[in-house]
Amino acid sequence: MDLSGAFTAMWADLPAIFSMLIVGAAGLVVILMEAFQNRDPRIPWLTAGAFGLAMGWEAFQLGTAPDTAFFEQLRTGGYAAYINLLILGAGLFTTLVSPPYLRRLNRNFGEVYALLLFATVGMIMLGTSNTLISVFVGLETMSVCLYIMAGLLREDEGGIESGFKYFVLGAFSTGFLLYGIALMYGTTGTMHLPEMAGAFPDGVPLLFWAGVGLVIVGFGFKVSAAPFHMWTPDVYQGAPTTLTGYMSTASKASAFAALILILFFALPSAQASLVLAVLALITMAVGNVMALRQANVKRMLAYSSIAHAGYMFVALASGTTAGYSGALFYLLVYTVMNLGAFGVLALLEWDGMAGRKQTLSSLAGMGLERPVLGASMAVFMFSLIGFPPFGGFIGKYYIFAPAVSAGLTWLVIIGLLFSAMSGYYYLRVIYVLYMQTAADVAEADRAPEGGFAQPAWLSTAAVALCAVLLLVLGVAFSGVVDVTEMLFIQADAMAQTP
Amino acid sequence: MDSELLVRLILLLPLAGALFSGVLPLFLPQLRTSEGLIGTVSTAAVALPFAFAVYLFATFSGDPIITSYFTWMAAGDLSIDFAYRIDELSLIMLLVVTGVGSVIHLYSTGYMHGDSGFWRFFAYLNLFIFAMLNLILANNLPVLFLGWEGVGLCSYLLIGFWYTDLSNSAAANKAFIVNRVGDFAFLLAMFFLFREVGALDFGTLLAEGPGIDTTVLGFIVLLIFIGATGKSAQLPLFVWLPDAMAGPTPVSALIHAATMVTSGLYLLARLSPMVLEVPHIMVIIGIVGAITALMAATIAITQNDIKKVLAYSTVSQLGFMFMAAGVGAFFVAIFHVVTHAFFKGCLFLCSGSVIHSMEHVEHDLEAKGHNMAGFDPQDMRTMGGLKDYMPSTRWTYLISTLAIAGIPLLAGFFSKDEILFKSFELGYSGAFYGYVVWGIAVVTALLTAFYMLRSYMLTFEGEPRWPDADTVHPHESPASMTIPLWILAGLSIVGGYIGLPAVIQGGDLNWIHHFLGEPYGGPVHEMKDLAKVPLALKWGLVGFGSLIAIVGAYIGYRAYRPGQAMAYDTALQNRLGGLYTFWDAKYHIDDFYNEVIVDGLLDTSKKVLQPMDATLIDGVVNGVAALSQSVSNGVSRIQTGLIQNYALMLVLGVVLVLGLIMVGA
Repeated sequence: MDLSGAFTAMWADLPAIFSMLIVGAAGLVVILMEAFQNRDPRIPWLTAGAFGLAMGWEAFQLGTAPDTAFFEQLRTGGYAAYINLLILGAGLFTTLVSPPYLRRLNRNFGEVYALLLFATVGMIMLGTSNTLISVFVGLETMSVCLYIMAGLLREDEGGIESGFKYFVLGAFSTGFLLYGIALMYGTTGTMHLPEMAGAFPDGVPLLFWAGVGLVIVGFGFKVSAAPFHMWTPDVYQGAPTTLTGYMSTASKASAFAALILILFFALPSAQASLVLAVLALITMAVGNVMALRQANVKRMLAYSSIAHAGYMFVALASGTTAGYSGALFYLLVYTVMNLGAFGVLALLEWDGMAGRKQTLSSLAGMGLERPVLGASMAVFMFSLIGFPPFGGFIGKYYIFAPAVSAGLTWLVIIGLLFSAMSGYYYLRVIYVLYMQTAADVAEADRAPEGGFAQPAWLSTAAVALCAVLLLVLGVAFSGVVDVTEMLFIQADAMAQTP
Repeated sequence: MDSELLVRLILLLPLAGALFSGVLPLFLPQLRTSEGLIGTVSTAAVALPFAFAVYLFATFSGDPIITSYFTWMAAGDLSIDFAYRIDELSLIMLLVVTGVGSVIHLYSTGYMHGDSGFWRFFAYLNLFIFAMLNLILANNLPVLFLGWEGVGLCSYLLIGFWYTDLSNSAAANKAFIVNRVGDFAFLLAMFFLFREVGALDFGTLLAEGPGIDTTVLGFIVLLIFIGATGKSAQLPLFVWLPDAMAGPTPVSALIHAATMVTSGLYLLARLSPMVLEVPHIMVIIGIVGAITALMAATIAITQNDIKKVLAYSTVSQLGFMFMAAGVGAFFVAIFHVVTHAFFKGCLFLCSGSVIHSMEHVEHDLEAKGHNMAGFDPQDMRTMGGLKDYMPSTRWTYLISTLAIAGIPLLAGFFSKDEILFKSFELGYSGAFYGYVVWGIAVVTALLTAFYMLRSYMLTFEGEPRWPDADTVHPHESPASMTIPLWILAGLSIVGGYIGLPAVIQGGDLNWIHHFLGEPYGGPVHEMKDLAKVPLALKWGLVGFGSLIAIVGAYIGYRAYRPGQAMAYDTALQNRLGGLYTFWDAKYHIDDFYNEVIVDGLLDTSKKVLQPMDATLIDGVVNGVAALSQSVSNGVSRIQTGLIQNYALMLVLGVVLVLGLIMVGA
């Protein structure tokens, strides 16, 4: 490689990582501000501004043709913009709902926002990566920040447990991922994803598939697919609720995006379909069955997010462009509804332990007391079940339909049965919110006077916006679906003509 | 002016009005009591579209204006746009809906004055206009259905407007549930049409629909007709309309007389090319219409509630319109829709004015210490002599009564006579059921004149029959209510001249026929190749029709002339005996529904379904739930919380994945 023009080329590529630059720079500024003034009130605004600015930039990139930057390390264009918008949107939402929540927990540190920004940089790199190197760098940048966020409540045993478990198991799974990358590189001789598929003119060696398997393990851990999901409930339960929402959506979105890129570009055949289908099956089963008996809403939502990872694996198992684009659409819907649900929980939390001890019954009657939050929560729950006219319904349609076309009808039927089962634990939340009152629950489950975070109109508005967005996605979805399909048609065309 | 913009405004102004008076007051409670503002905005939100409609009408070139805003849904071959169609048929309906609608809005500002739900009422009313406009302007069946359901919803909301009274809610539920039956049939018809034609927009449907295999088309038209019997209150689904009178009277005038209930006719007229392909179904339509008209007219004779009389009269008049549709004269059906909107709207508004003042009487009597427990301000038995106190209401009621009775040269005469003539003409051309329809129509016309005069005489003539009538006097309603009455009464006089009968210049002056009719380039098809009825016979028929109306009206006048009070009712009861009781019991149709269908369903539910649900279904469900719970409990033992176990699980997972991928490879 001729490196003489390297700097000029990289200089010219800077706009491609505009979001990463803005968000990263904002993270550095936040750290400096925190150094000069403790808990500077301007920090959340600066963070939100950085996210907003980056989102604005990405919105204009949605229609652009796919391309690569930095010597084919990163992908640009519509696909990247779509994923980045998701990640940045999750970041923005988290920044909007966090301040009142963290203030009540007395954890309104500037570092939290810096970590949020740095994690986002990692996610953007992961979601837009074109080589296994950037996959790994992005993944680790993201993960390290998430480990710290999970253990933010360091006086609380749940918080410590959360951070520690996430870190140890994360490190363990990273080992598998790294080994998988090594095997894939070793058999193909390239790190670039689009070059891998064509690297085997005379049959694919078993070692390559072993590498793919280990990479799937690594990603399975990050998106909490069973049987790599064991950390999820403990970590989600112990982490601060707004950050849990962020972890469960943005990190999954970027990990799924990278996994889709690997599956779409790097695999020479659909041989991974079986393993993805089996993972989907186990994940849906574990998530839904375990969610049934949870009394703690955060833990229930943790299992629910496992279940949803299972649904997305169904789409990936179909191995078709339609399946991948359906998964992308579902990522959007899932992000909106899960963020919203965790946002509501954060605003209705009072136990000072990140909702670790708070049972579902503690929400009794809240639907009428906090009408906006209650109604939004009802929308999120209905959408999570997959109830029309909300986004969750359309999302499920677009991940299950391609699987049927790909001959995975058995898996879809099982998935639908599990969705029906999920109605039980989602509807129970609505039941408690609206049909019970504080008088119906035990003394210990009642919220103390003034226990909630100060109602902040901005946080409430952000939550309500998610609910509205779900309704919009459930009715006027065709535009978004067209976009996600177009991303793959373009990417396909590019893969054809390297 | 850009017609596309106008259509947009026509549709969106009522919606904006509904949002203004329905949503804003939710957040601004002080707005709820500003009746002037809400009344003005809501009325303007209908009056402006009327002005635009007039403009569209005046500049209409003869070619349909089709505007498509956006694609609503697209799935496979099915693509449904939010598209609207302005042609002769929808223009006529548009003028009626917005014109009569704005008059009734104006009236409501007076009628609803002081009601705590004033804002809510106008929000519903505007929303209704929006839905109705969707129904009549739609360029495809799904958008029409959207409007169809929308008006159903608004009707439900408005019937149960005073929802604190349980019987009102029950009436609203009844209307909604009975309509579901019809809507289901309509939906089925749509599915069939999509299967046969593959598209649901009117352009394709009307071009290819008539070519569908006759058997299938027969079912489709029958299903559409069943849908129409629900919305337009025909046998066997008319039972909801009399109960719907529980709503505020302007609602009865607007929704349950002038506009919504005629949408079934609009649908048949819109799809007339398809209906005409299946004569055997048209026989059903005509006969059902005729029987409904006759039955409702006989029931109306026995009613003492002024609004109930008008309600059954509406059912009966709708029957007339279906007769017209059944004999293939769809434009006449629409003609009658128009004139009926004028005189029946006027009658209902008059009855509202009467009820309003009788409520004041009730109030005054109560203040004087009377026990008013059994008093009903809608009961004609306690009215009488109102003409001296309410001159405007009296004159307008009289005019529209004579119009509906079919007294010559008033609006109802022309449209009703045209229905009689068209059915006779069909019989004359060899289709025997034309004569049957004609015969029933003649009898019904006679009864109509009789019972309408009865209601007029009992209400306005004779001596007052409420207690203390010497000292307690009702008052005329305010100008905001009487002006609409005069407008509609005026239209009830002149409205018929848009359809001069065939005896005059061989029907060349029948404007509405030339405007709507397919032979003249309009969208409404009609029966072709009819035998020519000799001119003398035509004149004879016109004379006969006039005679019938005058005789019926005269009998009504004689029977209830001043001084007679209710005496004739008793006489009639004695003379007819069991028949009168049968009429009074509404042919036991309601009882049949209650005892056979409702009670039957309840019994089956209690005795069969409930045990089945409790043992079989709940057993299975609870079994599954218990199984899931126990599996969940079992599995959760793995979730120990110990990090070593988690790591072990991870390793097992790795083995699983590697194993599977080797199998896959």
